Amino acid sequence: MKAFSYERASTVEGAAKAAAQTPNAKFIAGGTNLLDLMKLEIETPSHLIDVNGLGLDTIEKTAEGGIRIGALVRNTDLAADNSVRRDYGLLSRALVAGASGQLRNRATTAGNLLQRTRCPYFYDSNQPCNKRQPGTGCSAIGGVTRQLGVVGVSDACIATHPSDMAVAMRALDAVIETIKPDGAKRAIPIADFHRLPGDTPHIETALDHGELITSVVLPAPIGGKHIYRKTRDRASYAFALVSVAAVIQADGRGKVAVGGVAPKPWRAEAAEDELRKGAHALASALLADARPTQQNDFKISLTERTLSAVLAEARG
Amino acid sequence: MQFDTPATSNPIDQLKVVGKPIHRIDGELKTTGRAMYAYEWYDPAVRYAYGYPVGAAIAKGHVIFIDSAAAKTAPGVLGVVTTLDVGDLEKGKLNTAKLFGGSEIQHYHQAIAVVVAETFEQACAAAALIKVEYAAEKGAFDLRAEMTHARTPDPSTEPDSSAGDFQAAFDTAAVTLDAEYSTPDQSHSMMEPHASIAAWDGDKVTVWTSSQMIDWWRTDLATTLGIDKEHVHLMSPFIGGGFGGKLFLRADAVLAALAAKAIGRPVKVALPRPMIPNNTTHRPATIQRIRIGAEHDGKITAIAHESWSGDLPGGGPETAVMQTRLLYAGENRMTAMKLATLDLPEGNAMRAPGEAPGLMALEIAIDEMSEKLGIDPIEFRIKNDTQVDPENPERPFSHRDLVGCLTLGAEKFGWAERARPGARRQGNWLVGIGVAAAFRNNLVMPSGARVKLDRDGVVTVETDMTDIGTGSYTIIAQTAAEMMGVGMDKVAVQLGDSRFPVSAGSGGQFGANSATSGVYAACVKLREAVSSKLGFNSADVVFENGDVRSGNRIVPLAEAAGEDGLVGEDTMEWGDLTKTHQQSTFGAHFVEVGVDIATGETRIRRMLAVCAAGRILNPITARSQVIGAMTMGAGGALSEELAVDTRHGFFVNHDLAGYEVPVHADIPHQEVIFMDETDPYSSPMKAKGVGELGLCGVSAAIANAIYNATGVRVRHYPITLDKLIGDLPDVA
Ligand SMILES: Cc1cc2nc3c(=O)[nH]c(=O)nc-3n(C[C@H](O)[C@H](O)[C@H](O)COP(=O)(O)OP(=O)(O)OC[C@H]3O[C@@H](n4cnc5c(N)ncnc54)[C@H](O)[C@@H]3O)c2cc1C
Ligand code: SF4
Repeated sequence: MKAFSYERASTVEGAAKAAAQTPNAKFIAGGTNLLDLMKLEIETPSHLIDVNGLGLDTIEKTAEGGIRIGALVRNTDLAADNSVRRDYGLLSRALVAGASGQLRNRATTAGNLLQRTRCPYFYDSNQPCNKRQPGTGCSAIGGVTRQLGVVGVSDACIATHPSDMAVAMRALDAVIETIKPDGAKRAIPIADFHRLPGDTPHIETALDHGELITSVVLPAPIGGKHIYRKTRDRASYAFALVSVAAVIQADGRGKVAVGGVAPKPWRAEAAEDELRKGAHALASALLADARPTQQNDFKISLTERTLSAVLAEARG
Repeated sequence: MQFDTPATSNPIDQLKVVGKPIHRIDGELKTTGRAMYAYEWYDPAVRYAYGYPVGAAIAKGHVIFIDSAAAKTAPGVLGVVTTLDVGDLEKGKLNTAKLFGGSEIQHYHQAIAVVVAETFEQACAAAALIKVEYAAEKGAFDLRAEMTHARTPDPSTEPDSSAGDFQAAFDTAAVTLDAEYSTPDQSHSMMEPHASIAAWDGDKVTVWTSSQMIDWWRTDLATTLGIDKEHVHLMSPFIGGGFGGKLFLRADAVLAALAAKAIGRPVKVALPRPMIPNNTTHRPATIQRIRIGAEHDGKITAIAHESWSGDLPGGGPETAVMQTRLLYAGENRMTAMKLATLDLPEGNAMRAPGEAPGLMALEIAIDEMSEKLGIDPIEFRIKNDTQVDPENPERPFSHRDLVGCLTLGAEKFGWAERARPGARRQGNWLVGIGVAAAFRNNLVMPSGARVKLDRDGVVTVETDMTDIGTGSYTIIAQTAAEMMGVGMDKVAVQLGDSRFPVSAGSGGQFGANSATSGVYAACVKLREAVSSKLGFNSADVVFENGDVRSGNRIVPLAEAAGEDGLVGEDTMEWGDLTKTHQQSTFGAHFVEVGVDIATGETRIRRMLAVCAAGRILNPITARSQVIGAMTMGAGGALSEELAVDTRHGFFVNHDLAGYEVPVHADIPHQEVIFMDETDPYSSPMKAKGVGELGLCGVSAAIANAIYNATGVRVRHYPITLDKLIGDLPDVA
């Protein structure tokens, strides 16, 4: 780990401003991802701004009937919140499918959205990696790729975004609210928040430097059956091979996002027209542009099979 | 003491303390954090410095230049020792790959430098500043690609065996099976990383480390450092797991010793978790071919098992065919091992080396064969049971109750309810049960101990035996208490120190039986010393309730010890009973799994192991060993695989996030039953090993349960969902 300086921010504006002052500064929330990456020198911030003192840890009703989730609400608290469990069961289920109890107690809403990939080559600083060191090449392509992405990937990077929470939020049409160092606020629909790798896999989100996430807003509840299904190699404490977040209405229409297959939570609103035709049609539409490797080709059929299990559960 | 005739009755048979379910005596120290592990050793008077290792970024070639200038001037840095600075060091006798020294790189993450600083963070940060220039060479990294170049290994590994005429019998057999299986490279993944603290005093060095085998480490560390063995003092009182990964000297001890010498202060070095899988040893992958021929009635007439594995030059094969020489009858047989040269990290022992991967294959083959024959797999195994070594029928087993394990297990587990493959469905789960035999040889090793009796009547055992979490402290205390006729509260046990008599150490499931036998021998000496001091005729002396009694004379042990106390010391040596009699342990694993019909995810529901392993010295610690092993076997069956990058030659998933060992949610109800038996051929304790038996066969039982659940036969481990979903029923 590289030596760094550290400060505790006490206001939202102050935090964003402080970040802008040091080019290499980072916010730290739960630290469950950032610290691990710093220990391996994959992240090497020279300055940390601790945002744990900003408040931002409440869940409030919005005027539109939805909820506003503070950026620092812990994953455990979010999953256990009564309104979330009642109206956005999908989100609760996705959260508890992730990490472990100890990690969820620390992990925050914003930190979870911004967690970085689990590509094993990204973690080994001896290996070239375009995401870690732009322009050095991608070691994963042609190597061990079983866990990696099948759709939305590029020749520069085939890593996935590993979050469970974000997949549920994508299906729920969440909006991410931020504040910039100059005090300007904006609201970014989650569809636009994570970026596809293209030639610049190191740029992962729409955030500018120093831009602080303050909250995540969910629109008014839409009812329906809320299902989160995560397939993985062991029963707990493993990242998804494929996960499906779905809200299915009684008439068979619904919203579906898929995790574990792409550099971002994967959803195609147009594909949802296929929903009533069944899992095969939906999966084909969602993964139309897939370009799997030999090792992760199984994710195509696994996506379809997981979708069919979810649709069966929705009917059942 | 020489053990060369079967044990008759002896004080252990009283079973007042031995055989009792006594909780581990070091448990409180561990649960309260007071048991000091290697890296935690702490003397407030000492200023420890922290060493951080640097691993090679290539798999094969040479280090040309190491630029440590920036590291040396980084904050807090006290020194940098590089592999080029120290030059070639003599390799420990038991190491295949060299640990440090010289320019040659034999495998990825081989240690090439250690950076020492005032704090751990400073050492770690400075280590990242080291720049290395390499001359990389092409290597061989893919076992399958190298199979055709594999050769018969050194005759000392006994690579081939045969009896009768396998080929002729196989060609004419009524029913045959010819199938290929594979097992991946596996990592020990013990909780406690490899760690050492070294402190020099003149030309003598003291090393606190995490070692299963004190004397092996001491010898090889002295060799590597080029110093007299007497000048090395090694201590390893507590060990957070080893599984074979700490059998042989490792780089942390060498780096700590060299760094401490270089900076003139005690230095701590731990291997960072992501460095462990490639820096240390692993269980090598295997490709296995099994052929079985049988009569229609289920009698095996021909059986052959061949195995291919790879290792660095000078290494050995994974001995995956060994159990097939002994487990089932059959007049015509052959086994063969082939070894390929691979430039991956060193392959070496991991819990139940040979048998664990060997049974992963063999016990699927037996399941397949019984299906072909239309015979229940338990019945098929019983039909081919043997009470003699099938390759040398004049050699009987000392005691063998595989049949008892299978039948008792079948009854307890509800085997009779087994359905046809793919026929049992509960909701979205395909449910199945599977069985496999467990088999592991009982090895014995010379083992010494010193037992002291003091004026308070306290018995203190000293031996360099290790407790790697197995319960050695406890069973050794039980042995001494039984022998000396005192309660557990009057026994103290000191382990893991090279100043104590050399013991068996922990490995090959030989530790418990051998080390307690060493304590037995030392206690016999102490009993003689007590008797002779009191002028008793040792033949009719009774040690009981803290007293020693002869006829109607009773003397408290404390009084017998006197002011100066008494000492007994001896080493148990083994005659040729292991040659005249085949000594093995047996068991049967039963597993129920559910396989998700849509996703192919396998979740274990129930596990039962029935073990026949001689006298059980302590049913609590023995059970812990078996359930731990069953858990390890669940990982081996379902998720554990070191993924090889065959282009660059390293294990890619080299941390505990990528290498998936089972978590609690993976492990359901586990039950263990021990057969009530003794084996007088094994030792005066009449006990055998049990620490590895629990792993042997369990993965195959899971594989067979998956087959029974789904009708899909997977012969290549781990059985991950991608190997199943293509053949599962359509769910759309
Ligand atoms: C062993 C392990 C297993 C895991 N398994 C899973 C899993 O199965 N599923 C899953 O979804 N996740 C999993 N995780 C990831 C876990 O969910 C994340 O580590 C966690 O959500 C990150 O939250 P944090 O608050 O600790 O973030 P931090 O580590 O504090 O920060 C992460 C990033 O977010 C930035 N950041 C934090 N807050 C803000 C803010 N308000 N505004 C702008 N930027 C901010 C930081 O600068 C940093 O770049 C696992 C993690 C571990 C260690
Ligand atoms: S897939 Fe992406 S993260 Fe992985 S090595 Fe390639 S560039 Fe790096």
